[in-house]
Amino acid sequence: MAVKLKDISKNPELLAPGHRACPGCAGPTVLRQVLHVAGKNTVIGFATGCMEVATTIFPYTAWRVPYIHNAFENSAATISGVEAAYQSLRRQGKIDSDKKMNFIAFGGDGGTYDIGFQSLSGAMERNHDMLYICYDNEAYMNTGIQRSSATPKGAATNTAPAGKVKQGKDQNRKDLTACIIAHDIPYVAQASVHNYLDFMNKVQTALATEGAAFINVLAPCHRGWRFPMEQSIDIARGATECCFWPIFEVKDHIWKINYKPKEKKPVVDWLKRQGRFKHLFKPGNEHIIEEIQAEADRKWEELLGREASSRKLQEEMQPA
Amino acid sequence: MTTQVALTGNDAVAEAFRQINPDVAAVYPITPQTELMHAFAAFAADGAIDTELVTVESEHSAMSACVGASAAGARTVTASSSQGLALMWEVLYIASSYRLPIAAAMVNRALSGPINIHCDHSDTMGARDCGWIQLFSEGSQEAYDNMIQAIRIAEHKDVLLPTMITLDGFIISHTMEALEILDDDQVKEFIGKFEPVTNLLDVENPITMGPLHLTDFYFEAKRAQAEAMKRAMPVILEVAEEYSKLSGREYGLFEEYKLSDADVAVIVLGSAAGTAKVAVDNLRNRGIKAGLLKLRVYRPFPGDQIIKAIAHVPAVAVMDRSASFGLDGGPVFNEVRSFAYGREIKLISYIYGLGGRDVPAEHIESVFHDLVKAIEAGKVENVYNYLGVRE
Repeated sequence: MAVKLKDISKNPELLAPGHRACPGCAGPTVLRQVLHVAGKNTVIGFATGCMEVATTIFPYTAWRVPYIHNAFENSAATISGVEAAYQSLRRQGKIDSDKKMNFIAFGGDGGTYDIGFQSLSGAMERNHDMLYICYDNEAYMNTGIQRSSATPKGAATNTAPAGKVKQGKDQNRKDLTACIIAHDIPYVAQASVHNYLDFMNKVQTALATEGAAFINVLAPCHRGWRFPMEQSIDIARGATECCFWPIFEVKDHIWKINYKPKEKKPVVDWLKRQGRFKHLFKPGNEHIIEEIQAEADRKWEELLGREASSRKLQEEMQPA
Repeated sequence: MTTQVALTGNDAVAEAFRQINPDVAAVYPITPQTELMHAFAAFAADGAIDTELVTVESEHSAMSACVGASAAGARTVTASSSQGLALMWEVLYIASSYRLPIAAAMVNRALSGPINIHCDHSDTMGARDCGWIQLFSEGSQEAYDNMIQAIRIAEHKDVLLPTMITLDGFIISHTMEALEILDDDQVKEFIGKFEPVTNLLDVENPITMGPLHLTDFYFEAKRAQAEAMKRAMPVILEVAEEYSKLSGREYGLFEEYKLSDADVAVIVLGSAAGTAKVAVDNLRNRGIKAGLLKLRVYRPFPGDQIIKAIAHVPAVAVMDRSASFGLDGGPVFNEVRSFAYGREIKLISYIYGLGGRDVPAEHIESVFHDLVKAIEAGKVENVYNYLGVRE
C-alpha cells in the first residue's frame, strides 16, 4: 500500500525537535521521512557522522525509537547483530514472535561508501532482514568537508581543493548503488530527499521485503556544496532533473527508473548553482564540465539499458 | 555429576559454549582459534544449540555485531586470536563503555609483524586497557571453567563488563587433555537466565545507546567504568566459590604453588605455569625452596593481593610473554613492581616465549638460579632479561 500524505500527517514525530543539525540540512528531513514510514517498532543504528552527533549529545537524544551508535565503520554490522538477537530470541520464544520489527542502519557517504563498505557488504551478503540507508551528501561533512568516494569529479573539498594545478577531485564518484545491486539482495533503490513520496514508498517497500535492503538517498549539504541554505531540497531536485542522480529501484532483479525527466537538463545548470564547482567555470576548465556531462550521459544510458534488459530477461524467463 | 573427557583447549571452550547455549555468537576464523568455532558451528548445524550464528566478514564486524546483539538483550559470545583481536580493538573499548556483558575466548597468539601464528600474550596484553575483564588459563580445564564463570562475572549487576578468557595458542588450543565437564543442566542452572539491563528491542521504552559525551560527561562515564572494574574483583571470587561447590575445583585471583615457604618465586600466567610447576618441583628436589604464583585474573589487576602473597619472598621473577617496546620489562613485571614500591622484594623481569618460542623447565630453573644468586649477592645484576632468545 502506497504511502499517503494524509496518513503521515497523523503519525507522531519520532525524531524530536531541538536536535543540533544546521538550518537547512537535508539530513533530519531524511530521518523524519524514514521514521514516518517505519513507525515505533524500529531499531535504528547510526554510523558516526553529522546526524549521529546532531541528534544525540548526552544527556539529550532526539530519538523516540531505540537507537544505537557504535563506531564510524560498523553500523551495518551492529544492526546485523541486533537483527540476529531478534531472530534468536523470537525463535526461542523469549520475545513475542508476532511482533514485526524494523532494523535500519544509517550511514553518511563516508561511513558507507568508504570506511563502512566492508561492514555493509558483509551484512548485505548475509541477507539480514534489515534496511541500510546511506544519506549521501557527497563528502565527509561532519569533519569539515573532505572528499569521499561519493564526491563528484571536479568538486572542491578540503582534501581535494581547487588550486593552481588541481581542480578539485580528479576521479569520478563510486557507483555504490551498483555495488550493492551486485550483492543480489532483494531490494536496492536510489532516492532523493526532495521526492519524499518516492523515497517513503521505497522505505516502505524495503521494510516489507524479507531480507536485506539498501537505499541510497541524496541529501545535499549546503555547507559543503556551497549554496544558500534554503535551497537544499531544490538542489536535490536539480540533481535528478539533469540525471546526475537518477532515482530508480531494483526489486527482485527488475530495474525500474522512477523518474525520467521530459527534458533532460544539462548538468552544468546544476553545477553552477553550487560553490564547490565554482572553479570549473574559469577559462581553461571547460573540458572538466564536458567530462562530467559525458559521464552523466553514459551512466544514464547505461541505466536505461539495464531497465530495458532486465524487463526483457524477465519476460524471456517467464514460463510459457 | 561430572564427566571425564579428552578434549583440546579449543574443543573444551566450544563445549563450554554449547552448554552456555548463547543467543548469538559472532563467528570468524583465525589460527589458532579456528577449530573452536568449527566445533561450535557443528553444534549449531546439528540443532544442538539455540544460538544464532552471525558469520561475519571480519573480526571488526564480529565485535560490532556482538555489541548490537548484546545491546538487544541477547547473551552473546565470540572468539578470536591475535590480528583478529587487534582488528576488534576499537570496538572492544565501545563494548566495555556500553557495559555490555559479552563473553569471549581469546586464543593467545603473537601479533604481526613479522607474522607468526604461535603463542605469546602480545594480543591480549595489548587489550589490557580496553575495559574488559581478563582471565588467563593454564590448560583446557581452566579454559572451560573460566569460560563458564565468565558469563556470571560479566552479567553480574554490580559489574556489567565484557569478559575475555584466554588460552595459549597451540600449546593449549590444540593439545588434547583430560578434563572434567559439568552436566548441561548444572551449567544452565549455574549461569541462570540472562536478564539484560539494556534492551534495544523494548520499543515501549526506547533507549539511546552510544550518545556523544563531550567534556561535560565523558569523564564521569569513564570514572563509573573504573568503579565497575573495581567491583568485579569480589564478584570474581564469589563466582569462583560458587563454582568450586559445583565442580570441586578451586579458583582465586591467582594460584599459589608451593609459595608459602618459598625463598625464590616466579610469577607467570598461561600455559608456562605448568612448566614452572615442574621447575619448582625439580628445584625443591635439589633443596631450593622455589615457589610459583600463577596469575589468573589480570584485569582487574590484583596488585595488593599479589604483594601480600609474595611479601615473604626475598627475590621474585616476573615472566612476561609479551613486550612493551620502549619500556624495560614486560607489562606484568611493571605492574607488580609498582605495587611492590617501598618493599624489600627484589624483582627481576624475564621476557620469554615470544612467537611461540618453547620454554622448557630448564629455562625456568635458570631463572630460579638467578634469583638465588641475587639473594646471595645482595643485589640484582640484571633487572631486565630475555629468556631463550639468541642475542
